[in-house]
Parts: sequence; C-alpha cells; structure tokens
Amino acid sequence: MTPLSELPVWVALLTAFFLLLGSGLTFLGAIGLLRFKSFYERIHAPTLGTTWGAGGILVASMICFSALQSRPVLHEVLITIFMVVTTPVSLMLLARAALYRDRTEGNDDVPPFEPTDELSSGR
Amino acid sequence: MSGHIIVWSVTIAQLLLVGAMGCALLRFIRGPRAQDRVLGFDALYVAAMLLVLTMGIRTGSTIYFEAALAISLLGFVSTVALAKFLMRGEVIE
Repeated sequence: MTPLSELPVWVALLTAFFLLLGSGLTFLGAIGLLRFKSFYERIHAPTLGTTWGAGGILVASMICFSALQSRPVLHEVLITIFMVVTTPVSLMLLARAALYRDRTEGNDDVPPFEPTDELSSGR
Repeated sequence: MSGHIIVWSVTIAQLLLVGAMGCALLRFIRGPRAQDRVLGFDALYVAAMLLVLTMGIRTGSTIYFEAALAISLLGFVSTVALAKFLMRGEVIE
C-alpha cells in the first residue's frame, strides 16, 4: 500500500477531475432544488447528484484506491448499482404521492384523475 | 506533488458538497409542503454519503466506504417510508 503522496501524477489528476466533476454536479443539482418554482420542477434537480454526481465521486474513489493498493478495487460498484436502482424508485413514489395529494386537494395546476375509470365503468 | 493535487481537489469537492447539503437543508426547512421537505431530505442524505466518500479518499482508508453504503441504504428506506406515508397516511398497512 503506497501513501497518497507517492501516487503517479496522472492518477492524481484523473482523481481530481472526477472528484470535481461529481461534486460540482451535485452542487448544481442542489442549487436547482433551491431555486425552481414548483415541486414537479424541483424533483428533477437532485437526480443530477444521484447520477453523475455520485458516479463521478465513485469513479474517483475507484481510481484512487486501485492505485493505492496496486490492485483493482471495485467495491464502489455496489454503491453505484444501489443508487441507480433505488433513486428512480424513491423519487417515483414521492412524485406519485405528491400528485395524489394535489389531486385530492383539487389544485388546478396538475392533471385530473385519469378518465379511463369512467370509460370502463360508465359505458 | 500528487499528494497536493489530491488534497486540494478533495478540499474543494468537500466545500461544494457542504454547499449542496446547505441548499438541501434550506429546502428542508423552508419547503412549503411536506413533499418538498422529503425531497430536501433525500438530496441531503445523498450529499452526506458523497461527503463521507471524499473523506475516505482523503485518508486512504476503506472503512468510510461501509459507512457510505449504510447511509445510502437507510436513506432509501426512509425516503420510501415517508413517500408511502404521504400517499396513504400509514407506512405499514
């Protein structure tokens, strides 16, 4: 295991590039979360952090630890797979819950309940 | 040389992630409705998990990886539970 200061320079530059890419995209997503006007616009913004934000930092961590331990270190792929699988599930559940709440309160800026119910039952 | 590059980039990345956590926390506090607060909480735990990972890169130890995995697992479960609560008024039916 080599210390951090004896890494080759290109490994350090690659790690720095992916770190800054990932954290910058996460920051942009968080600013979007703060500044967008409605909930349905805001729910898009943090996915920037969960796709390329997490991906960039995990790739940087993989490169850095592979160079430190002189063998391929791939356990960060676990977090990547987990984020890719779980983010759409949780945000879809949240958006459906928000849509249901808006519809039952009768807000005008969301589409009403699907007309398929009355088509199948009424005719 | 390469130690300086990594330490500086990790510092900048940590500052950006702390800024992201601050934005998410502001949305969590301010959010006009409950779903906005849940969304802010979701972004907050993702940024916290990435912050733990960058600490792991800085110290060069793999213990931080397991902490990050636990944070992402628990965050997913809590977001799903909160969304289910907003939808139905009950978590387990």
